Amino acid sequence: MASALVLALSSPAMAQTEPEHTDPIVINGGEVEMQTAVPAPDHLEGAFDQIYSGWLFRDTETQAMQLDDFENPGLIFVDQGIDDWNTVEGEAGKSCASCHEGIESMEGLRAEVPKVNAEGELWAMEDYINDCRTNRMQAEALDWNGGRMKNLTAAISMQSRGMPMNVAIDGPAQPYWEQGKEMYYTRFGQLELACANCHEDHYGDWIRADHLSQGMTNGFPVYRLKQAALVSQHNRFRGCIRDTRAETFAMGTDEFRALELYVASRGNGLPVEGVSVRH
Amino acid sequence: LALASAMPLAADTAPQDVAFGEYGSIETPLSDTAGDPEKGAEIYADKGSGNCVACHAISDRSDAEFQGTIGPALDGAGDRWDEAQLRGIVADAKKTFPESMMPGFYKTSGFIRPGDAFTGDAGSEPLPPLLTAQQVEDVIAYLATLKE
Ligand code: HEC
Ligand code: HEC
Ligand code: HEC
Repeated sequence: MASALVLALSSPAMAQTEPEHTDPIVINGGEVEMQTAVPAPDHLEGAFDQIYSGWLFRDTETQAMQLDDFENPGLIFVDQGIDDWNTVEGEAGKSCASCHEGIESMEGLRAEVPKVNAEGELWAMEDYINDCRTNRMQAEALDWNGGRMKNLTAAISMQSRGMPMNVAIDGPAQPYWEQGKEMYYTRFGQLELACANCHEDHYGDWIRADHLSQGMTNGFPVYRLKQAALVSQHNRFRGCIRDTRAETFAMGTDEFRALELYVASRGNGLPVEGVSVRH
Repeated sequence: LALASAMPLAADTAPQDVAFGEYGSIETPLSDTAGDPEKGAEIYADKGSGNCVACHAISDRSDAEFQGTIGPALDGAGDRWDEAQLRGIVADAKKTFPESMMPGFYKTSGFIRPGDAFTGDAGSEPLPPLLTAQQVEDVIAYLATLKE
């Protein structure tokens, strides 16, 4: 009797409360329209049928800020990033524009990073930017979490706004993807919580005042109202792991590149939001 | 002060010495002083200690502004479980519910990348437990009052 009771209660409580509506994100009265719910990629079979933008889980005021480019505080940083794109710096006397011309040339990139480079290493957008800065401009590398880096990644991401996330997970990317997947299901820290506990088993639930999303990255860099700043993916990962009372990984480490790839692949099919607004 | 209160008292059962029954319960109280349900009710909602309310709801706890929906509502928990079972669930829920998302509040080692509280830096095991022996007793005294 006692054992039957324990058994019946021992299946993990998995709520997965679906969003009440899945309205698209319609920006500037119709200029850009982005789906917020799309079928899950094949590799998530058994976990999700549908994948959702984190936008759906935010309150209406926060949502509204992303619907108008004049209201979206992240767009100021996009403009600053474009200025930086055109600024000559370093011994080679070049700007990004000297080689790449207009920033529109970066269209499509955000949907495909992180990706494996010619040397077989997994690189995030930040790595490509710093490679050009150090090797092609003879300028200093930018700090992963610094304002200039975030502004540039925001400006480059905007060029892919609306394009579906489509990171490669096979071929040379596969070992990195496996590593990231392993991390996603590892229960870190004294609270013994994995990404999957919160973002797979319990999206739609409330963890006190926080409404859990599926933890997608298609909106990054995110303008976060709580921090009043752009937040990079690695910074978000660091915060989520710290909250499990764990020793986190540093931003720009191989572990976070692998996790970035795996989390991005969970969102394959969701549109790049350019710079999203979250609270 | 927070650190001092997490130090085990001599009379307490140390986390590594706790004896769990087959289904995860703990018969012997962890401290000599009987649990205080009023203190337990505070710890339940206190962000800096129990913070049970992050995951659970109790219908008469309107004092807690936001209640979580991750775990089951705890109304009637005192009917469903006896004190030994409640003690086991709070000390290390995974002994009762394998794979549970609920953290172990009187567990100090065996973690993956244990941290130093919420700093993000490394911590070294044994970590201070999330609740002291007395706080665990207070919380279960409170849970035992939750009858329907
Ligand atoms: C001296 C020329 C030069 C400069 C200056 C330069 N780049 Fe590049 N960039 C390149 C070349 C060449 C590539 C490699 C193209 C390839 O391999 O397909 C590249 C690749 C990239 C990529 C990866 C694109 C992809 O599709 O994989 C990014 C992102 C990038 N650059 C951003 C920048 C930024 C931002 C700046 C300024 C901070 C900059 N670049 C400055 C020449 C330059
Ligand atoms: C204890 C619960 C918890 C755990 C464990 C957790 N997160 Fe989160 N995460 C949150 C909360 C709360 C938010 C903010 C609300 C939301 O968007 O879900 C969040 C937000 C995010 C976001 C931003 C989503 C958006 O649309 O802006 C990403 C990405 C994310 N988490 C990834 C991860 C990854 C990767 C892991 C594991 C390394 C992880 N999280 C572990 C609670 C958690
Ligand atoms: C991170 C989430 C989380 C936190 C924090 C948490 N719990 Fe739980 N709790 C759960 C889940 C999930 C279950 C359901 C058991 C399972 O995993 O199958 C549960 C089950 C329980 C049960 C048995 C459920 C019943 O009513 O039959 C009790 C009692 C309980 N928790 C008490 C507490 C107390 C007291 C605290 C704080 C000291 C606490 N919990 C903190 C997630 C949590």
